[in-house]
Amino acid sequence: MSETKTPIIEIRDLSFAYPTDDGEAPKNALTNVNLSIEEGSFVSILGHNGSGKSTLAKMMSLILMPDSGSVWIDGKNMSAEDITEEDVLDARRKVGMVFQNPDNQIVATVVEEDVAFGPENLGLPSAEIRRRVDEALEMVGMTKYARHAPHNLSGGQKQRVAIAGIIAMRRRCIIFDESTAMLDPAGRREVMDTIERLNREENITVLHITHYMNEAVRADRVVVMDSGRILLDGTPSEVFSQPETLWNVRLDVPQTTELLYHMKKSGYNVRLDIFDPDECAEEIAAAIRSDRDAD
Amino acid sequence: MNLNISFGQYCEGNSILHRMDPRMKIIASILFIVVIFLAKNLFSFALLILSAVVLIAISAIPVRIIARGMKALTFIILFTSIINIFWIKGETELVSFGFIHIYLEGILNALMIALRIIILLVGTSILMTYTTTPIALTDGLEQLLAPLKVLHLPVHEFSMMMTIALRFIPTLIEETQKIMNAQKARGADFSTGSLIQRAKALVPILVPLFLSAFRRAEELATAMECRCYTGGEGRTRMNILHATSKDYLFCAAFVLLGAAIILLNRLGGYALAW
Ligand SMILES: Nc1ncnc2c1ncn2[C@@H]1O[C@H](COP(=O)(O)OP(=O)(O)OP(=O)(O)O)[C@@H](O)[C@H]1O
Ligand SMILES: [Mg+2]
Repeated sequence: MSETKTPIIEIRDLSFAYPTDDGEAPKNALTNVNLSIEEGSFVSILGHNGSGKSTLAKMMSLILMPDSGSVWIDGKNMSAEDITEEDVLDARRKVGMVFQNPDNQIVATVVEEDVAFGPENLGLPSAEIRRRVDEALEMVGMTKYARHAPHNLSGGQKQRVAIAGIIAMRRRCIIFDESTAMLDPAGRREVMDTIERLNREENITVLHITHYMNEAVRADRVVVMDSGRILLDGTPSEVFSQPETLWNVRLDVPQTTELLYHMKKSGYNVRLDIFDPDECAEEIAAAIRSDRDAD
Repeated sequence: MNLNISFGQYCEGNSILHRMDPRMKIIASILFIVVIFLAKNLFSFALLILSAVVLIAISAIPVRIIARGMKALTFIILFTSIINIFWIKGETELVSFGFIHIYLEGILNALMIALRIIILLVGTSILMTYTTTPIALTDGLEQLLAPLKVLHLPVHEFSMMMTIALRFIPTLIEETQKIMNAQKARGADFSTGSLIQRAKALVPILVPLFLSAFRRAEELATAMECRCYTGGEGRTRMNILHATSKDYLFCAAFVLLGAAIILLNRLGGYALAW
């Protein structure tokens, strides 16, 4: 057998339906999902509203338990019968989650106290907590605001505080469930840059659920969900070179891809997997030039 | 309607009081309240005023800010003292008109009551709110009450509740304002009409506010769980409170102040009826 690293998160044949209370037949939120997340990777998850992205994230952070199938965290089956409270806590130390609304995940009235909340729950000694808090605030660029009240911060800053709270727990994997959705463009950029830095520099595994295509292309891998199933799974180039499939499930593609797709349809010889506007412009210019030369 | 309430009006600073152990400040506040009620005559009141002035001085809180805080409470102070003017019977009658009798003792009493309230508010707000962050205050309270855990009282849960309440008050105020503006834009009117009409106008504010508060609570609970929160058991703190000898001396000063007040009470002069 070849040497393969244990994936940090693995989902095997998982199905799940939310319980209904009015006797209606429950509709599956997730159906036969298989997904394996390699340590250190940066994965984007796309899908229109109600496709099951948040449900999947809640499975991976052990907030929900599957009806059938299993969730494995760092090689341990968390859906087994004999899983204890301790095991769940242990897994939560490895996988953390940042939510959509920054307001509803900040607990304390002072930024640094909030970042300390997680490490305090781990029962670490005071000096160690202090060190981790300072380090985490530094990493998200919020050191200046350590003593501020969270409610006076901007959305992007609040979200970075929430991220620091997760980093301070030294999680190996962080799931972002539309953590940029409520932010303005500047806030979104701040948070995306922070996420990318965590992945590249700290080697933290990132799962980024988003509706923004320009964010999705920054990942190494894109997973597209539709009605509780995984529809596409591959590198951004692989996934976005099938715009029709994406349009079919009411998703967008990056603007560059859309433009190139229409060029291609009108007979120009262009690649579809270009996400940088400048590169895209060059590709189009080259295509037009070669077209003219051919005439 | 103006919802511009400045909560937990902590005033950034670096005085001895700011750096003091919050537990000691809570104890000192309780001692100070007792001392205030010990004072019975003009001499002891003079000493009280002096101690309040000293507190203001060492806290380095601008008098302007303290005065602004007091101004909001003018009505309560005036109300309680004016009632006293009519209430207290004494020997030197100044005004007698029908059933209204005003005595010199009543006026002096009213003055002292007003002074007492003012000194109490100034003292406790300097010790607890102006120089102590809400989080330090709840931490201090949690640790002071920690012995009650033996009786299975939920001390940690109580302080967590306080912290979360303090955290969410500004958020909910902001949200109320937003909902009100949204309703106003649809023609809602909160400031005219009978009391019942106005109460009815509040329903479309309260319903969405409650719904959103419940949703927030649920999300927050999930987020806390994801951050490995399992209650107070096994939890450590980043900031460990430690009282220095200075802090103990500070509390001792209030005990001494009480002793001095009792002595001064014996000097005679006008004694308060209460
Ligand atoms: N708490 C719940 N109770 C019942 N059904 C739910 C609950 N949460 C989600 N669902 C249903 O499960 C399905 C998947 O929802 P999910 O929240 O995972 O979608 P999503 O991809 O995150 O959507 P969005 O982009 O809107 O966040 C939807 O059909 C939704 O109606
Ligand atoms: Mg969602």
